[in-house]
Amino acid sequence: MILQGAIPRQEGGAYIRLVSLDWGNGHTVKLNSSRILEFLDEEGAIRYVELPGNLHMPKEGDVLRIDLSCGTVRFLYRRDSPHNALFITERCNSRCLMCSQPPRVVDDGYLIDDILEMLPLISRDTVEIGITGGEPTLLGPRLLQVIQNLKLHLPRTAVHMLTNGRSFSSEVWAKDIAAIHHPDLMLGIPLYSDVAWRHDFIVQASGAFDETLRGFFNLARHNVPFEIRVVIHMQSLPRLRELALFISRNLPFAKQVALMGLELMGFARTNIDSLWVEPQEYGEILRDAIGELTSRGVNPLIFNHPLCLLPHELWPFAVKSISDWKNVYAEECDACVVRNDCGGLFASSALRRPAGLRAIETLPPSHRQFPAFAPTNP
Amino acid sequence: MKLNRSFSPPERNPFPGTLLPFRFLPLDNHRYVAVNAGGEHIVSDRSSIQALIDGSMTSEHPQADDFEARNFVARSNTAIGMLASQIRTRMSGLPDFTGLHMFVVTLRCDHSCQYCQVSRVSEDRAAFDMTPEIADAALAHVFKSPSPKIKIEFQGGETLLNFELIKYIIEKATVLGADRDVQFVIATNLGFVDDEIIDYCRAKAVYFSVSLDGPAFLHDANRPRPGNDSHARTKNAILRVRNALGAERVSALMTTTQLSLSHPEAIVDEYVALGFDSIFIRHLSDYGFAARSRGRIGYQATAFVEFFKKALARVIEWNLRGTHLIESYTQLLVRRILTAYPTGYVDLQSPSGMGIGALLYNYNGKIYTADEGRMLAEMGDDTFCIGHVRDDYKSLIAGSNLVPMLRESMVEAVPGCCDCAFNLYCGTDPLYHYRSQGSWVGHRPTSEFCFRNMEILKHLIVLLEDDEEARRVLMSWMP
Repeated sequence: MILQGAIPRQEGGAYIRLVSLDWGNGHTVKLNSSRILEFLDEEGAIRYVELPGNLHMPKEGDVLRIDLSCGTVRFLYRRDSPHNALFITERCNSRCLMCSQPPRVVDDGYLIDDILEMLPLISRDTVEIGITGGEPTLLGPRLLQVIQNLKLHLPRTAVHMLTNGRSFSSEVWAKDIAAIHHPDLMLGIPLYSDVAWRHDFIVQASGAFDETLRGFFNLARHNVPFEIRVVIHMQSLPRLRELALFISRNLPFAKQVALMGLELMGFARTNIDSLWVEPQEYGEILRDAIGELTSRGVNPLIFNHPLCLLPHELWPFAVKSISDWKNVYAEECDACVVRNDCGGLFASSALRRPAGLRAIETLPPSHRQFPAFAPTNP
Repeated sequence: MKLNRSFSPPERNPFPGTLLPFRFLPLDNHRYVAVNAGGEHIVSDRSSIQALIDGSMTSEHPQADDFEARNFVARSNTAIGMLASQIRTRMSGLPDFTGLHMFVVTLRCDHSCQYCQVSRVSEDRAAFDMTPEIADAALAHVFKSPSPKIKIEFQGGETLLNFELIKYIIEKATVLGADRDVQFVIATNLGFVDDEIIDYCRAKAVYFSVSLDGPAFLHDANRPRPGNDSHARTKNAILRVRNALGAERVSALMTTTQLSLSHPEAIVDEYVALGFDSIFIRHLSDYGFAARSRGRIGYQATAFVEFFKKALARVIEWNLRGTHLIESYTQLLVRRILTAYPTGYVDLQSPSGMGIGALLYNYNGKIYTADEGRMLAEMGDDTFCIGHVRDDYKSLIAGSNLVPMLRESMVEAVPGCCDCAFNLYCGTDPLYHYRSQGSWVGHRPTSEFCFRNMEILKHLIVLLEDDEEARRVLMSWMP
């Protein structure tokens, strides 16, 4: 799914930042069958833009960012997708070995400007929206403003924010985010080990483990819900079970724990030889880790693992977690009887195709039908 | 490791950092178990513990990460916060105060159990029934407790011989406890259960707790009655109540006697045969009749521990074969080892659950801190009576012997317990120590309570450490 592309630059006139396709509403925006977008610019002049041939076709309710002076068009929101996210910044104070969105030192404050302008255009029926980056909390009070506006414009929309949680080592941060009283906010915070040196190495930031832990306690103190995310790779795998033990002993108030398969994008590609492990080789460790969590009443989930690579008894924990625009299935999957329940693969898995991908032809004897999990976390 | 050169390699901090408080004791011939202030434990060898303490352990040690992750050494103040959180969690049940309230509705009984802890009388002496007036006064005290969950347990004698009063209490308590979660349990041999009782109990969600000591030969020998058919009657009644009300409404309690000790597997098998999903292997307390019949029953603490281990092994075996069966004492201890959550079993807590966890209202209106307290009274010693239902609540709790007993018997206060690695997993039993040793502080080196719990705890820690299958079974009994 291609969600951004180039358009011919146009001279003169201000550029339109974004439009919401809204059929039949006078002059707003029209899209004809030749992929020509017709809209009014900021000065009221009619503009025409031909969308690139491979660009995903916009639909009613979608929000696009059209930059005429730079010549780019990009989707910011898709009405019919369950996987929308507000991209806050490319900056980050960590530098994870496997980061799929490598940070850049850049002044991208305009991204929040766009977001604040965009929120009123988003449908109120949106079930869930993400906040992502980089590290969103680097934007300080402007981030709080975004969350406040989400509460205002999208009061029924669940918000899931990905953050390294380090900023919450300052209790004031936890207090401020709690004070917004957003009706349905959940933070997704990674923890990669039960010992500081290993976590700090994986995120390439000294002191990160300690800050993240203090963040967890501050958030809990102020009743801000969070989940713990663990990406499974060569560096986090050796102590995965011990991490589960650590979480269940010290952080049992986490709403859930997501054990995630590696996405081969960004730094994960760069460092692939120090990261990649065949999923079918760590089934037992995964099962032990999940056992530690469930026995203490902590709720584990498995993300980004095709069912054929998981021990069967772990299938109930697997979630269809891969965002639609980067979700693919293998050829083998056409013949698989559990394809509809399976989350498939990242598009980037082409770089290292996991061994053992296969169609399940008959359900194991102890299999009970379970409902396909709706994606809860992009 | 091949990292892109813009990434830094891992950096181990110098070990061991700051030592956090912990206690330790020998686990077996080669190993020690160390337990920290939050209750997290680690099994290691003596030289490693020595190296940890004297500062010579390095980050190369195979357990270096474990000592750090389990809060035996600290990298920063955060570890202290985590320990504090565990300690707070463990204590978090205390403010709920008394949740278990036992009502002795009658002393009349049809059985003559060898170990009877109540000096019961034959069936027709109505002078030993609780009156409605006393029940009312007791209920007023019950609901002075702030606990959101109240369990009212009917004891005796044979409780069903005074079923009218049980109904009276249930009716009143349901009204008084409308804003709480009130549960009713009847401890009974079920010999007198009939359709009227069953129908009433169905409507009121009442639970039954029945004595089942094991297979017929054992049960009947322990619990004689005219006709010597206690086991058959109990079994029929259990099935009848289960069919009428559901399996979850009937639970069984076993009592261990000298005769029981030779038959751990048979006892477990009997529970499975009768369809129970849990068994509580209890130690015998020798009160009442048992005290007079010492010599026939009463047994070595070691023999009990061996019996317990064998019975537990059988329970685990059943689990591995696919039968879901929990040994309740083990479940309790494993919860106390592997989590910091509070547990509600009053006989294994510190401070003791006497009074602050459980209270007993005797048929005559006197209030005791525990079931054993009234049994001691039957033998002439009222030490554990804190007053009468007509006394005001404050004088019962704050004006009686209760607070000194609790304070002086806390594990932090008792010599031996205060240094014991297991003190967070164990508890204190001031009543046992008073009765057997003359003081509620007691003398741990000669205490069977101490011996028993230490041996069982060591056994469970070894199982968790060495036996992967057993560990999985035990963990499946949680949360």
